[in-house]
Amino acid sequence: MNLAGLSASYLRARPLQTALGVLLLALGVGTIVGALLVVSQLESRLGRDARGIDLVVGAKGSPMQLILSGIYQLDAPTGNIPLASAQALAKNPLVKKAMPLALGDAWRGFRIVGAGREYLEHYAAELAAGRRYEKSMETVLGAEVARRTGARVGSRFVGAHGVGGEGEEHSNAPYTVVGVLAPTDSVLDRLVLTPIESVWDVHHHEEKGHEEAGEDQEVTVLLVQYASPLAAATLPRAINSKSELQAASPAFEMARLFHIVGAGIEALRAFAAVLILAAGLSVFIALYTELQERRYDLAVMRTLGASPARLFGLLFFEGLLLALLGALGGVLLGHVVAAGLGAWLAAAQQPAVSGLAFRLEEVWIVLGALAVGGVAALLPAWEAYCTDVSRTLAQG
Amino acid sequence: MIAVRGLVYRYGATEALRLPEWQVAQGERWLVLGPSGCGKTTLLHVLAGLVRPAEGEVEVAGESLHRLEGARVDRWRGATVGIVLQALHLVAHLSVRANLRLAQYLAHLPQDDAAFDAALGALDVADKAARRPAELSQGEQQRVALARAVVNRPKLLLADEPTASLDDAAAARAIELLLGEAERNRATLVVATHDARVKRHFPRTLALA
Repeated sequence: MNLAGLSASYLRARPLQTALGVLLLALGVGTIVGALLVVSQLESRLGRDARGIDLVVGAKGSPMQLILSGIYQLDAPTGNIPLASAQALAKNPLVKKAMPLALGDAWRGFRIVGAGREYLEHYAAELAAGRRYEKSMETVLGAEVARRTGARVGSRFVGAHGVGGEGEEHSNAPYTVVGVLAPTDSVLDRLVLTPIESVWDVHHHEEKGHEEAGEDQEVTVLLVQYASPLAAATLPRAINSKSELQAASPAFEMARLFHIVGAGIEALRAFAAVLILAAGLSVFIALYTELQERRYDLAVMRTLGASPARLFGLLFFEGLLLALLGALGGVLLGHVVAAGLGAWLAAAQQPAVSGLAFRLEEVWIVLGALAVGGVAALLPAWEAYCTDVSRTLAQG
Repeated sequence: MIAVRGLVYRYGATEALRLPEWQVAQGERWLVLGPSGCGKTTLLHVLAGLVRPAEGEVEVAGESLHRLEGARVDRWRGATVGIVLQALHLVAHLSVRANLRLAQYLAHLPQDDAAFDAALGALDVADKAARRPAELSQGEQQRVALARAVVNRPKLLLADEPTASLDDAAAARAIELLLGEAERNRATLVVATHDARVKRHFPRTLALA
């Protein structure tokens, strides 16, 4: 027998109250940990995808939509822009790097993205198998696409119209897989990559027959990296003043998005804080109301040689132990929530969230929960310390 | 073993106990007699170091109790004194074995299975070790409480009204057990009671008024 064992025996002796305290604390801690894991992973993932991209240029529409579709391949594109405009912009001395993308089709829910090789290099993509595409209708698959579809080098498939792949199939224009990328932990993992010409070929084929591709060639977005910080001041304004183009800044739009989402996260955190306080209150009430019943136990322990400080320690440790159970349960719950959300997002071909990633903040959350348990146990423990053993025993 | 000189204990403004002189030798069996409220229980608590008298000197087992400060008196009590309470106050949610182990743990003594097997065996309740107190009869609970009081082999065994709620046969049995355990552990025994039935077992009595 030791202090922990003795404290635990009292927790076991009142299973319902103990379970209530642990549950409340676990729910509160779990909510905070879950929100922390999901938000931090999404933030870092979104930050990685947008690294090195200062501006997204596309058709007029919602700037947020342009960012989501152009960088993250999440939303529907705003429309197409003429290739000529994109090429003119790429030659601007304020532009260091310009990567045109052509969207429009999908295969089994994964977007087919027409892009130059510089797009793969931007995300430092390495080949796990095969080679890079060289000509039209050759594709390189992102790691996630290959894993989920089972496609390998040499596989052939046809794309379906629409970025969700909901439209008719382009059955007369099959793609051939020539390479598979190693995981990049970026948006590329979820993409089917092909030369821009493939996208043009597939669509021109159907819409206009075998007409020569000319000035009416289009791209969907242009991802731009500035040559100098000076560009931020002039380039977006210059682009937006042209009637057919729109420029959106990922940094600005993402800050706006997180500002909106942040309010929801704050509300969730406040709710979790209320849960944790309720847990502290339940610990306090359980220990305090039980003091009456326990005063003989406490007095007997004194006759058996326990000092007042030991009785204090016994009750204080009970509060801590309960808080520890709740906090660890909460951390587990938070990770399960993150894993569940991750599985759900993965099924919808969205950026992945893992339940197995740990963050340093979790240690602080656990310590905070322990502090709540300790503070809740302080007054009952003090009362135990003050037990008048002679008088208690004289009463019966 | 026990030397009391000029002891006065006050509860608030009232004088709850006055004992000018009392000497007890090692191994003696004493009965402290007197009506309710005469300070019998208080005397036991003073001897156990649970309360401090207002005046006087108390020496128990070679220790001057007023010199023991803070937690040292608790440690001394755990190792030196065994107490049997009128209401037995076994810890309800702990098994019989755990109740005895608790006594060893709180006294900072090694937790020694052989010691409490011996204590339970001597009192004929070794087969109840895994039970909870509520599953035992009153007589069995009394034996377990006695076993808990002697498991650390105290030099001084104190019993407060051990026969108060018992019929004649059970009272005689309880006293027999106390005497037997005091003998077996070579402990000095002091029993506080207002029960005149137990008088014949004790050659020495201290009458409080």
